Amino acid sequence: MEKQAYDPNQTPKKQILSLQIDLTKFEKATDEEKRQQDVMSESTTFLKDGMRKLRKNKLAMFGIIVIILILLTIVVAPAVVPYGYEEILSVEGKRDKGAKNLGPLQYSDAEKAYIEKGGSRFPHLFGTDEQSRDYFIRVIYGTRVSLFVGFFASIIVLIIGMLYGSISGYAGGKVDMIMMRIVDVIYSLPDMLMVILLSVVLGSVISLPKGSFIGNMGSNMLSLFIVFGVLYWVGMARLIRGQILSIKENDYILAARSIGAKPSRIIRRHILPNCLSVIIISTALQIPSAIFTESYLSFVGLGVQAPMPSLGSLANAARGGLASYPYKLVFPAIMICLIVLSLNLIGDGLRDAFDPKLKR
Amino acid sequence: MARYIVKRIILAILTVFIIAALTFFLMHAVPGGPFNREKALSEATIKSLNERYNLDKPLPTQFLLYVKELMRGDFGVSLKNGREISEIFRESFPISCKLGLMAIAVALLIGTFLGSLAALMRNRLPDRIIIFLTTLFTSIPSFILATFLLLIFCILLGWVDVWSADSQNYILPVIALAAYPMAYTTRLAKTSMLDALSQDYIRTAKAKGVKKGAIIFKHALRNSLIPIITYAGPQIAYIITGSMVVETVFTIGGIGSKFVSAINNRDYTLIMATTIFLAVLMVTATLICDIVYKVVDPRIKYE
Repeated sequence: MEKQAYDPNQTPKKQILSLQIDLTKFEKATDEEKRQQDVMSESTTFLKDGMRKLRKNKLAMFGIIVIILILLTIVVAPAVVPYGYEEILSVEGKRDKGAKNLGPLQYSDAEKAYIEKGGSRFPHLFGTDEQSRDYFIRVIYGTRVSLFVGFFASIIVLIIGMLYGSISGYAGGKVDMIMMRIVDVIYSLPDMLMVILLSVVLGSVISLPKGSFIGNMGSNMLSLFIVFGVLYWVGMARLIRGQILSIKENDYILAARSIGAKPSRIIRRHILPNCLSVIIISTALQIPSAIFTESYLSFVGLGVQAPMPSLGSLANAARGGLASYPYKLVFPAIMICLIVLSLNLIGDGLRDAFDPKLKR
Repeated sequence: MARYIVKRIILAILTVFIIAALTFFLMHAVPGGPFNREKALSEATIKSLNERYNLDKPLPTQFLLYVKELMRGDFGVSLKNGREISEIFRESFPISCKLGLMAIAVALLIGTFLGSLAALMRNRLPDRIIIFLTTLFTSIPSFILATFLLLIFCILLGWVDVWSADSQNYILPVIALAAYPMAYTTRLAKTSMLDALSQDYIRTAKAKGVKKGAIIFKHALRNSLIPIITYAGPQIAYIITGSMVVETVFTIGGIGSKFVSAINNRDYTLIMATTIFLAVLMVTATLICDIVYKVVDPRIKYE
């Protein structure tokens, strides 16, 4: 029998019981169709992919937009509004006695007279408080303080937790065990009680120079940061230690070590970048909880020093005339809730976008 | 098992001891003695007062004496009004306890129910609504919720009387206190319910033809309760701290509001006693939760 050359376009002779595919039933792809197969998805990095997912997440985008708007407002507003947060209102150099507890957008009698004479007066968007100070600017400064505390406290927690966790996780063995026992002890302390206790004590022990920014906020704020630095880093340290324990088993760490890389370089160059997403996510979620803690402490009476406002202390002060001036509670309350809600949404969005391992 | 429990109890006692020591030494770092008044007392009076309250002894000895007193249930006297602190506790703790227990019950029951409902109705309208509400409630600090509830229902609508000794209405404080832990429990219950529903034994049960209700209640729900128990400890701690502000807002004379007023009055002995008391409460709650957790879930190894 003559051996036939293989021709892909020719259907070979079909055996009766063969399962061979009948090529006559298929159509050849045209060139255009072939080209369609060539289109591959664009290569993407981890960061790009995450950002794309984040942009698709409507709730997280809502959070980001709200936070940006709030940031813009607190930066711009003090330049636009001609009142200071501790300034007692006065008209033409005279103290305005009728400007106490004005409602939103109201003017006092003295101001009305002044406007009638042709002067212009910036409206009190949120009214005034019982010491005739403009409430809008107080809420703005309160927001500044609360956000500042949130970010700064989270950074403190991040730095201490990262250092401690990475050393403990990388060192392993006895060092790790001792370091983690210390963490366990701090972790089992009831944090809020300790925060209150430390704030009470530090608040009366520390005295700060007047005039500086932190001095204006008072020793309570400084003690709040100290408390965060002393107590709240343990969660972060545990998280990072766990990450490092699993990452350091990888072969590229072994490779780096075998060519003589120093531990500090291995931690910085190889391990930390690999647990970056987890670190960023938990820092993002730390901010709202720090803001919560600050407002709670301000509410209990351990917050920023008067006359500097914070959202928590404003809400606390509003309890006094709750029945007559409910708007004084509403404004700072809405501000706290918006900030915390947006930051939570952003944190959740970041987690969904950058951490494929974490299930919700 | 017994070894584990003993180990946990020893750890708890150690924690309480550390807290007591921290509290004691921190409070003694505060400048000014207890007898600093506007009217200066004579040297001899101060000396005899110091002797009476053992303040002339070195600090570590004072601490040991303090611990000894604590063991006997004697917390000392309040700096501001001179009342026995244990007596203050005796009258204010039952109120706080009732409030806290109601709040934790509401949080756990409703939270588990809503969470399971959200999991069973995944991606449908009820799920969306529940998840939206939980996100909202985790963003409202308890003192703000409490103040708003007070404003709306007591002052504006007048449906509920403001708290007084004659009209003790626990509804609003319980809502304010339970909202955050409830939202948290709901999220947790949803995750663990979804997790339980995707297990093999659920598929097996379905394949055997077990009724849907039986699958949910006998297999899925029971297993999804385990993580909720673990988090009950921290929730109790949250409720204790939350009760401070909620009691203050509603002017309930519980232990939390006493603590807040002690902070504002700088009543150091009362602050010290309350901190230790609440810390013991929290540590005990965590301890019980940990032990229950191990009993409920036999898969967990006893370290």
